[in-house]
Amino acid sequence: MWDYTDKVIDHFKNPRNVGSIDKPDGVGQVGNIICGDALKLFIKVDSATSRITDAKFQTFGCGSAIASSSALTEMIKGKTLAEAAAVTNQQIADFLGGLPKEKMHCSVMGMEALEAAIKSYKEGGAPVVNELEEEGRVVCKCFGVTEEKILRAAKDNHLRTVEEITNFTKAGGACGACRADIQAVLDRHYNAASAVQEKAPFARLTMVQKIHRVEEALARDVIPGLNADGGSVELVDIEGSVIRVRLLGMCSGCANAGFTIENFVEKKLREQLDPAISVESV
Amino acid sequence: MKTVYLDNNATTKTAPEVVEAMLPYFTEKYGNASSMHTFGGAVGHDVEAARKSVAALLGAAHADEIIFTSCGSESDNTALFSAVRSYPGKRHIVTTRVEHPAVLNTCKYLQSQGYGVTYLPVDGNGMISLQDLEAAVTAHTALVSVMMANNETGVVFPVEEAARIAKSRGALFHTDAVQTAGKLPIDLKNSRIDMLSISGHKLHAPKGIGALYVRRGTRFVPFLIGGHQEHSRRAGTENVPYIIGLGKACELARAHMSETGRIAALRDRLEHGITAAVPNVRVNGGGSPRLPTTLNISFEFIEGEAILLHLSDLGIAASSGSACTSGSLEPSHVLRAMGVPFTFAHGSIRFSLSVYNTGSDIDFVLAELPPVIMKLRAMSPFWHEAQGKACRAGAESL
Repeated sequence: MWDYTDKVIDHFKNPRNVGSIDKPDGVGQVGNIICGDALKLFIKVDSATSRITDAKFQTFGCGSAIASSSALTEMIKGKTLAEAAAVTNQQIADFLGGLPKEKMHCSVMGMEALEAAIKSYKEGGAPVVNELEEEGRVVCKCFGVTEEKILRAAKDNHLRTVEEITNFTKAGGACGACRADIQAVLDRHYNAASAVQEKAPFARLTMVQKIHRVEEALARDVIPGLNADGGSVELVDIEGSVIRVRLLGMCSGCANAGFTIENFVEKKLREQLDPAISVESV
Repeated sequence: MKTVYLDNNATTKTAPEVVEAMLPYFTEKYGNASSMHTFGGAVGHDVEAARKSVAALLGAAHADEIIFTSCGSESDNTALFSAVRSYPGKRHIVTTRVEHPAVLNTCKYLQSQGYGVTYLPVDGNGMISLQDLEAAVTAHTALVSVMMANNETGVVFPVEEAARIAKSRGALFHTDAVQTAGKLPIDLKNSRIDMLSISGHKLHAPKGIGALYVRRGTRFVPFLIGGHQEHSRRAGTENVPYIIGLGKACELARAHMSETGRIAALRDRLEHGITAAVPNVRVNGGGSPRLPTTLNISFEFIEGEAILLHLSDLGIAASSGSACTSGSLEPSHVLRAMGVPFTFAHGSIRFSLSVYNTGSDIDFVLAELPPVIMKLRAMSPFWHEAQGKACRAGAESL
């Protein structure tokens, strides 16, 4: 059971401003049924004062998604568009007395729906749907999360780990294949020293660094592929740039073992670490 | 507030008779079952009586085929590791995509250790295909592990046929019967099953006790290593009160087997009542043979956690295959393996009954559930979209 605050429970059980607005001035929709949550926000704007005079929502989602939507509408009613545009996902969560960390993406959804509704108003009222998710390189294919969205969540909320990114954006929360990519996005953003180190010639690394890099590359880029055929590989030894491995499972004793080593294991390690690497089977 | 407890596949109430049977073993009968004195020896005798009760529920030929463990997960782990360690030359396992995590994640671990694992798919009704199994099992297969009934949908698998296929290729056969024991008759003496797991807290014994059946003559390597308890097959001082509790629960389960028809009728009334009152629902696994206790039903366009929170407020306990309840962000692996559309998968609710449920429990759910569904659909953008489409289609057909 999630540890929801009384305020989350209150806004879930008695959501404010549920419904739609007849002839709205702006409509923003984010999320979709595949992801498991979606929010459609309707706003009415007084053009003379640029103030939001009414806000209504429809939400598909869990308790905290409904509560976040309700909180959002309460927060923005009466605000000018400029004031509303400054509302952050953290403010939505704070309004509710906090959200479980795994549910922070619900507050992010609120903020994005608001941005979409404001954009819709500025463009004359035509609904704006999933605006952010259609631009930029998609990192998480399961949930359609772009690099831009990941960077933004990281910057706005000072996120440093892949797990935090998952909590705020859902990216990496399904099959997990993009977790290394998310880490790379974070590394680039924080200009991590490791990104520079990555380029150092393999032969110049310490033994510990070499083992670490090779193990990491095998686990990420090689073993999943071999697992699919019922096999695997383990690191045995490293000497200079020569990496010795042992094929396991269905790969051991396989007639194609030589081919697997040269055209798969070696190729992947060269791509990931250093073209000077050679791989031998023991 | 009254609680209508319909989450018995998650855990069950410990039967009062079970608690009563356990109590003396916390106080006066505290001897160590393995001790060489009468004080402990008497306890050892009671442990053997409990073993006989478990064997009787499972229709095992010999009580010494039952090993007490700490839980269903330990039983599953023991079975899988024992099979691969007993046959080091065979490095392949066959299981299904819809197993409990205790089997699924153990298989994933073995994969990381170089074993090959074939995960059998299921069809839209949650059923495996024996042809797929035939094709998957080879002379290199150490173990086939197929659950007896699925915990989420209640779909019952043809494990006897599956065991026959496994045995014909020289593989061991294990089944996770955690959800089946006490609900459907099991007759291991007339079976080809080599190993079978059960868990106490799914059949009105407390949490923290399980058992593994290992057929006489089956190669076995212990999982927990240490002392000579359980004939050196599971180290650790016997958890006597809980073993006594499991024995009593198995005895009760045998006596309650005659109630299966009554429970099935309650489940059917719940199912038909909901499908009659609420549009856009689907019964997951409804086209397959199912446990009499389980109903997995999806409500289109709304999300399971929100349904559960409202039900919980009304005193109704159930569970959901929705992503939001687990924190995993993806809906249930079982529903996804069945190809349940996302519009339905996020809104799945599992009701699971026990011998303690009554007709008035079902009446209460049938009265309280439909308004919850209506309330949530009224705030769902997808429900409104679907209604809009239906209206337009209606207008066009006029």
